[in-house]
Amino acid sequence: MRVGRIITDRASGFWMILSLSLILLMPVIMGTGLFMKSIPIWEQNSPWQLIFGSDWSPTRGNFGFWPFIASSLYVTILSFVLSVPVCFFAALYLTQYASEKLIRLTYPAIDILAGLPSVIYGVWGILVVVPFISKVVAPVFGSNSSGYSILAGGIVLAIMCIPYILNMLIEVFKTVPSGMKEASLALGASYWESVKHVVVRKSFAGIVSAYGLGIAKAFGETIAVMMVVGNRIQVTVNPLEAGYPLPALIANNYGEMLSIPMYDAALMFAALLLLAIILIINLIFRYLIYKTHIE
Amino acid sequence: MNWRKKTEELVAREIMRFSTYSLILILVFIIAVIFVKGFRALTPDMVLKTPQGGFYYGGEGGVLNAIVGSIYIACGATLIAIILGIPAALYINVSLTKYKRLKNIIRFFLDALWGIPSIVYGAFGFTLMLLMGMNASLISGIIVVALLITPIVVRTFDEILSTIPRGLHEASLALGSTRTEMAYRVLFKQGFSGFITAVLLAFGRGIGDAASVLFTAGYTDLIPTALDEPAATLPLAIFFQLSSPIPEVRERAFAAAAILTIIILIISLAARFLSARYSKTNLR
Repeated sequence: MRVGRIITDRASGFWMILSLSLILLMPVIMGTGLFMKSIPIWEQNSPWQLIFGSDWSPTRGNFGFWPFIASSLYVTILSFVLSVPVCFFAALYLTQYASEKLIRLTYPAIDILAGLPSVIYGVWGILVVVPFISKVVAPVFGSNSSGYSILAGGIVLAIMCIPYILNMLIEVFKTVPSGMKEASLALGASYWESVKHVVVRKSFAGIVSAYGLGIAKAFGETIAVMMVVGNRIQVTVNPLEAGYPLPALIANNYGEMLSIPMYDAALMFAALLLLAIILIINLIFRYLIYKTHIE
Repeated sequence: MNWRKKTEELVAREIMRFSTYSLILILVFIIAVIFVKGFRALTPDMVLKTPQGGFYYGGEGGVLNAIVGSIYIACGATLIAIILGIPAALYINVSLTKYKRLKNIIRFFLDALWGIPSIVYGAFGFTLMLLMGMNASLISGIIVVALLITPIVVRTFDEILSTIPRGLHEASLALGSTRTEMAYRVLFKQGFSGFITAVLLAFGRGIGDAASVLFTAGYTDLIPTALDEPAATLPLAIFFQLSSPIPEVRERAFAAAAILTIIILIISLAARFLSARYSKTNLR
């Protein structure tokens, strides 16, 4: 009986360590795997050429990722600009002003928004955002657009990122001790002034991190963006034109990548690039959060 | 001066109120659009039949292949994620309680892991498949989705476990239990609400993710009968069929979108209800 218990203890302890280390090693294994697969393209092109070259013709062996990277950046920045004010004000309202009743109504709504799969956002984008842009926005600016555009991608992405950023912002604002706000109120500041100068200033690092992580999420989002962004290879400054973000490139071409030489290496390079960028952003901002929590 | 203060207060408050209510409006708007389009297409045939007459050309039949495929993949992946993730989360809270720094570093990496986009998991899964000589199949889909959702299980469960007071650990050890017994008989029971939340969250993420199964699970009109056959999934059924030129096929996409949304809503409500229910009672 006793021996049996000890054996179970050992075995389960071993399994616990094994599974934890396996999970923690995942990014390393993934990074190595993708790196090994993309070696052929490293050998033929310099990283500079790959990232900033804009000639994309896989059949002739030219792989310049700039159109895709530029599209990704454009869509991400657009979604960031659109979601920043909404998240910021909603998070402040929910933590500082809202009644118990409103909170009980809003938190499930945020949870559901966060849980909806990206395809659903994509369908909604096709049904609502795309026609809206082609029929309303484009005529206002006197131009023609099919609606499948960088702007559509930005709007859909912004709505997808709002619950994600909002949840983090709410956590951040909650950690500000209410005594600090009360001290400011006691000194004669109005409620909004206390919020503005005490709560917001105190949680500045947290706010920056929440937005940083939001950017990382937006950068890697695939299906929803791909459904509304148009997928045409070009570098453009007009948000009503189509774009072709990096994740969409990978998702659209996996079928034919084995039939053209070097194509699979190029796509794996794109995946590696995504992994590296997003992991680095995540590590930096998580570290910032971690630091502020310790203090 | 006082007047300016008051206006600023008022304006700021109105902007904040507007932002908050707009969130609820957006949610209602999205779900309303999906349901209005979807319910019109949602007939018994849609749920009970597989697509008939080819991938792009037939209008008959439904999306049963995708429903079954999605449930297979999400259940399989959640099972693997539980087997890997629950012990890992328990380990952090049982054996590493003394090492605060190490614990924080592990949590820090797990959080970062949560942020990796699913398309990268998909691409990695694809290289893994090529390496092992496998084709797009149910089993590769399950494995890749499992990798994607395991960090979610670990981190969500860990979040609840870390709130359990130290005294309970010590009481259990003082009564002579081994660490494993303490982990599974005391901590697991005490954190059961966290377990439910973690599993449902992971399941929801697994059933809704498209980019990771795009490479690995493939797509088929048939219901898979073995692990090495390709499997359709709801997100991909929506994605592929929406781009079809035939209206009947697009209807299938809308119906699938409504079904997927209903599943996600049920999971979300269940998570709320069950975690509230189990967190009230402590040891049972």
